[in-house]
Amino acid sequence: MSAPDLRTAIREALAEELERDAAVVLLGGCGEDPGGALGYLRERFGPERVLGAPSSGLALAGAAYGAAVAGLRPVFELASADLITLAMDGLVNRAAKFWHVSGGQGTVPLVARAAVGAGCRRGAIDSQSPCSWLQGVPGLKIAFPSSPAEARGLLKGAIRDDNPVVFLEHRRLRFARSAKGPVPEPDGEAIPLGGARVARAGRDLTIVSAGGSVSDALDAADLLAGDGVDAEVLDLRTLRPLDLEAVLESVARTNRLLAVEEGPRLGGWAAGLLGLVAERALHDLDDAWTLTMAELPIPYSPTLEDALLADAGSIVAGVRARLGLAPGVG
Amino acid sequence: MPGLGAAQPEHATAGYLGAYGRMLLIRRFEAAMERLRALGEVQGPIHPYAGREAVAVGVCMALEPADYVSGHDHGHGHALAKGTDPEALAAELLGRETGVCGGRAGAASVIDLQNGLIGCHGTVGGSIAAAVGAGLAAGRRGRVAVAFFGGPSADLGYFHECMGIAAVRRLPVVLVCERDLHAERARGIAGADVAGRAAAHGMPSQVVDGDDLWAVRAAAAAAVARARSGEGPTLLECRARGLDEDSGGAGTMPRDPLAGARERLLADGVAADVLQELERGVEAELDRAVDRALAAPHPDPAGALATEFSPAR
Repeated sequence: MSAPDLRTAIREALAEELERDAAVVLLGGCGEDPGGALGYLRERFGPERVLGAPSSGLALAGAAYGAAVAGLRPVFELASADLITLAMDGLVNRAAKFWHVSGGQGTVPLVARAAVGAGCRRGAIDSQSPCSWLQGVPGLKIAFPSSPAEARGLLKGAIRDDNPVVFLEHRRLRFARSAKGPVPEPDGEAIPLGGARVARAGRDLTIVSAGGSVSDALDAADLLAGDGVDAEVLDLRTLRPLDLEAVLESVARTNRLLAVEEGPRLGGWAAGLLGLVAERALHDLDDAWTLTMAELPIPYSPTLEDALLADAGSIVAGVRARLGLAPGVG
Repeated sequence: MPGLGAAQPEHATAGYLGAYGRMLLIRRFEAAMERLRALGEVQGPIHPYAGREAVAVGVCMALEPADYVSGHDHGHGHALAKGTDPEALAAELLGRETGVCGGRAGAASVIDLQNGLIGCHGTVGGSIAAAVGAGLAAGRRGRVAVAFFGGPSADLGYFHECMGIAAVRRLPVVLVCERDLHAERARGIAGADVAGRAAAHGMPSQVVDGDDLWAVRAAAAAAVARARSGEGPTLLECRARGLDEDSGGAGTMPRDPLAGARERLLADGVAADVLQELERGVEAELDRAVDRALAAPHPDPAGALATEFSPAR
């Protein structure tokens, strides 16, 4: 099938799940709403399924948790992932712990959607990634799709999952090209959470990433092919659970690992992943490193923001340097 | 013995007789847990509920078993009022496998879905959001959701944000602010008008004598009826004079709701020996519950729930 744009992907996933399961409800509508989806869905499914609510992370996350405990499958939208700070009580202190703390009495099948990501000139407080804030919370899943088609399948998987899920929609996916090489796109089906995906197979190097950075890694892999470097690109899809086995399997073949994260290195998921791989498979590694951002808030000025962010060019430059290739070879 | 407030017999005093038994159970349960804590058997904190028993029990008298309740971190009062088995609750505080949450929750976070207790909330104000969320689901099933929260919670964002959602959507929710005026005075935060804040959201509210089981029950019954008929939420500000929390239960109680209920039952014609039999029954049930809980096994660290996530549907 031809890949949808993000707007269509999200709207269709929501519509299909609302259609499939009467317990699914949408809360909010304060977000960037890249589908313009909520107006359309409210008209189609009615105000009892698509509920307006104030732009409050605190109340939305708390109410979504209560609704999920009482039998609904709420999907709510934060205006931006930066505002997840206000939703942390409901998500971290309640939803993530309910299944365990209750002794398995019940689950909290909620989804918190949020636009995320730098590169769109939104400044320090509307560009940052909450991945590392959330990754250390047992019981909370983090889905971070890498393309509109992936977003569609993973959102359906997140809504069907019995556990609470933070679903991060990278802003750059809105501008994603509809086709990216020969990568097979999922056919509108739900993608169960927890498994990584080989976005591009290769033999010489494993580039692990998630969300908006995966397309940078794929572009870099195309450029590196010109150097005779055959890079594998692994799309984690979810940062928790983390499909460590898929990374280990890939590294066992390529012996080199690069983790690309749009976020600071210290406390980030990429650095954590390197530690886990070293612990389990040091014998497989010839080299391992991360490409992250400087330890700084993300600046507004396009000149400054671009200098801070990794892109295909900086991935390629880093790989060439680690492999000892002269710049511009090939 | 009667069902400790769970049943609602036809005779006017009979429901209150059972409710008095439930209040006594909460008071005695708390004292028993404090004794076990002094012995090192209960190791976690226990936040006292003594002096507020009339609020939890009076409100729960107005509820059906399937209705939802969310509590704050003095949650053993809410749990016992809603019908949680005292043995399972004692076992929970003792960290036993037979605890209502398998020993995973402790006193402050008790969950008992079978009895409609969706959770107790140590993060202040969280119970309000939980009940409002449950109210979204409750309306579909003709159920009502009740939040218990302390007076200081009414100063937090949760309170106003959730009142806004509940009022706009006319959710079947009753918000029960349990004011412990003694404790609030000790902390220098007493004096605020909580009930009046509901007007800003177009929500009715009422100040209730939280030391009076009959007054709480009547106010709750009206609010629950309003919620169940689809007319929307109500805020009840229940003013209990309670105990000073900082005195560890040893403080003075200006007007003990438990003693007040006993006097009222006597004045309403309940014979003293009937009360004494009820009281002996409560003590005996509690003793049995604690003995059985103490004899129960501790959870096996290698046992169930060793996985992080619940199995996907």
